[in-house]
Amino acid sequence: MPESVRTLFRPPFRNYQFDSAYDEMFEAPGLPRPHYQALFQTLLELPPEEMRKSQQAADLSFLHQGITFTVYGNDEGTERVFPNDLLPRIIPHQEWRKIESGLTQRIAALNLFLEDVYHGGRILADGIVPRELVYSCRHFRREMRNLTVPRGIYVSVCGTDLVRIPDGSFAVLEDNLRVPSGVSYMLANRKVLKKVFPTLFRDYGVCPVDHYAQALLATLRALSPLTSSSSRHEPTVVLLTPGVFNSAYFEHTFLAQQMGIELVEGRDLLVHDNLVYMRTTAGLKRVDVIYRRVDDDFLDPLCFRRDSSLGVPGLFNAYRAGNVALANAVGTGVADDKALYAYVPAIIRYYLGEDPILANVQTYLLTDRSQRSYVLEHLDELVVKAVGESGGYGMLIGPHSTAEQREEFRQRILAEPRNYIAQPTLSLSRAPCFLDGEAQARHVDLRPYILYGENVTLVPGGLTRVALRRGSLVVNSSQGGGSKDTWVLRA
Amino acid sequence: MLSRVADSLYWMSRYLERAEHTARLIDVDFQLRLDQSPEAGSGRWWRLLEALQAPHPEDGKIDATTLTHILTLDKTNSSSIISCVTAARENLRQVREQCSSEMWEQLNRLYLQVNSTVSSEAWLLHSHVFFRAVQEGAHLFQGVTDSTMSHGEGWQYIQLGRYVERTDALARLIGTHLSRLPYSPDQAVESEEYLEWVGLLKSCTAFEAYCKKYTAEVRPLRVAEFLLLNPEFPHSVRFSVDMVHAALRAIAELTERKAEQPVRLAGRLRATLSFSQIDEVMASGANAYVESVRQQCGQAHTAIHQIYFDYPVEEALSH
Repeated sequence: MPESVRTLFRPPFRNYQFDSAYDEMFEAPGLPRPHYQALFQTLLELPPEEMRKSQQAADLSFLHQGITFTVYGNDEGTERVFPNDLLPRIIPHQEWRKIESGLTQRIAALNLFLEDVYHGGRILADGIVPRELVYSCRHFRREMRNLTVPRGIYVSVCGTDLVRIPDGSFAVLEDNLRVPSGVSYMLANRKVLKKVFPTLFRDYGVCPVDHYAQALLATLRALSPLTSSSSRHEPTVVLLTPGVFNSAYFEHTFLAQQMGIELVEGRDLLVHDNLVYMRTTAGLKRVDVIYRRVDDDFLDPLCFRRDSSLGVPGLFNAYRAGNVALANAVGTGVADDKALYAYVPAIIRYYLGEDPILANVQTYLLTDRSQRSYVLEHLDELVVKAVGESGGYGMLIGPHSTAEQREEFRQRILAEPRNYIAQPTLSLSRAPCFLDGEAQARHVDLRPYILYGENVTLVPGGLTRVALRRGSLVVNSSQGGGSKDTWVLRA
Repeated sequence: MLSRVADSLYWMSRYLERAEHTARLIDVDFQLRLDQSPEAGSGRWWRLLEALQAPHPEDGKIDATTLTHILTLDKTNSSSIISCVTAARENLRQVREQCSSEMWEQLNRLYLQVNSTVSSEAWLLHSHVFFRAVQEGAHLFQGVTDSTMSHGEGWQYIQLGRYVERTDALARLIGTHLSRLPYSPDQAVESEEYLEWVGLLKSCTAFEAYCKKYTAEVRPLRVAEFLLLNPEFPHSVRFSVDMVHAALRAIAELTERKAEQPVRLAGRLRATLSFSQIDEVMASGANAYVESVRQQCGQAHTAIHQIYFDYPVEEALSH
């Protein structure tokens, strides 16, 4: 038996398992990939007790800092610590370069698409994207037609979910163009890991992520409606949160604090003469840019949902008048609709004349008769997703479903085919996680964050989400997922 | 600073002060009870409930276990310790980005500790540990606040909340004792009465400070003077009002809203207290005096609310 295979059976890897999925750490059982070699060695030498202590310290620190998220539909203990795993996910520099250029390409094309859809609609006239697909989208906003947004930027902050498929390449699973969250966990994870593996971290040469808040602020300022002739020079930027009951409230406070801007709720803002003000102890103060973490529907009760108490009456008119900028723009949801997703490669080719750098996952559109009948026959193999949902809600994972659930989805699909898409059940790549005192393989994805202001900025890495339940493919925090730090290596 | 933020900081501070005050009162009461006959003790429950503005038991029966539960771990009582700590934390959670991480962690830790406490017979016997933890938690929070947060506008609202709450709570507590002033209050008291007045001092962390000033001879008149009018002791009414006034002046300066109602009201109350003599206070009716302090403090609170937290928009736009 060669030495490399024997090490496999040493703790903490004694029970480490392999299946058909791509393993982030191992090329073959017992043979770590070159960029994982140092971590592998460290783990073999580290007493598991040491790791367990670090894990406890990290958990406690998360609890005390209140790094929590809220679970909906659960009265008791609605605040939960977001589980964090101590073993970093490592991405070599070259791989990251490809992800970076692929995502830059993608956000550029999606922005052009949004501008087009809300203005001339060239791409619809040319028959590249079906007109009815856009107009039937729940997130299409008629109110945005012919409205010019600052710099033509619709999506300032984007979080795109990538998965690594068995051949080792990255593919885009979905775009989040409305209010993507999770970036605070990326920053919190990094802080913890620097404490747990200081030497390893230094020796690896990991690209830093701490400048995210500053880059975000610059991105938001780039949208400022103030001109050089304005009497005020510094734009006032605020972060609009739905409030303390929102699942991502921790993140909102964290980002506002890191950027040094006010965290406001709808009730703190008011609109007068199409100008937006916030109510301060020293009187009313003008607001120029709003990083809103409130969904379109709830932004302005005069324009969208009337029962919204989270929004600001008159905000949309102020936006229309160009007196305030919103990030992201209203109506971006039309471009992250899961059915439209199937057309993104065509969208990239149409606007940029380039081939997509990152592949899409094969997607079945259920409005198409032949694709639908295929899907209905193969529900037990496929994943079905509601087009307008996020956070892992409204999903059917065929291989893990019951006959009853499949029947329910069949009915739903037949009733509203436009509302669902199907994809093959992907075997997400697996990475080692430290669970129950040993390393175990769990499925992971990757959500890098893309900022689009004066130029496109990606903080190296992003949030690696982990499906902590054994065998589970769902990484969402609301569905038992956790996260781990992502190390992008310097060249 | 956002009005909502100021409001939250103010209330966070009030709730935490209230939790600390309640913990100390019950702690002192518990110790006192050990030295007293059960008969002497029962009247004090009513006074305690009154001093804390707590709901009276529905059946009118006094039972130490139930009452302690109502005042400490009963979530349905909005002024119980657990409710106050939760409310303080909830207020701070809403303005987390305004305070230092150290402050948040300290308050969060106190909250987690209080919430993991389970009421039981055994717990009751050693409840002083719990009361001590609440008081220490609040003190620690105050220290962390003072040394990690900028002493700017936000800090001033925290000061304001603490001392408005303290003024009101002290005045109410002193009020419940004034009704039992002896005929000649400037004489040393003994036995049961001695315990009661020492209890009052301890409820304000004032026993040692009192002894330093007046020796260990406990005279009700001196106790009243010390707790009402002493300018240097942090748990006296006068000291608290001084702090309220100072915080309001600083806020008026920072928001460029000088000479507004709240400063004026607090200034007047401050002047009254600093020129009062205890003999005169007694002669003109101590209860009325204390009641008037509470009333003026309430007016200042209302004015703060109207000027800084919830002002009419039309007026603000015309400025």
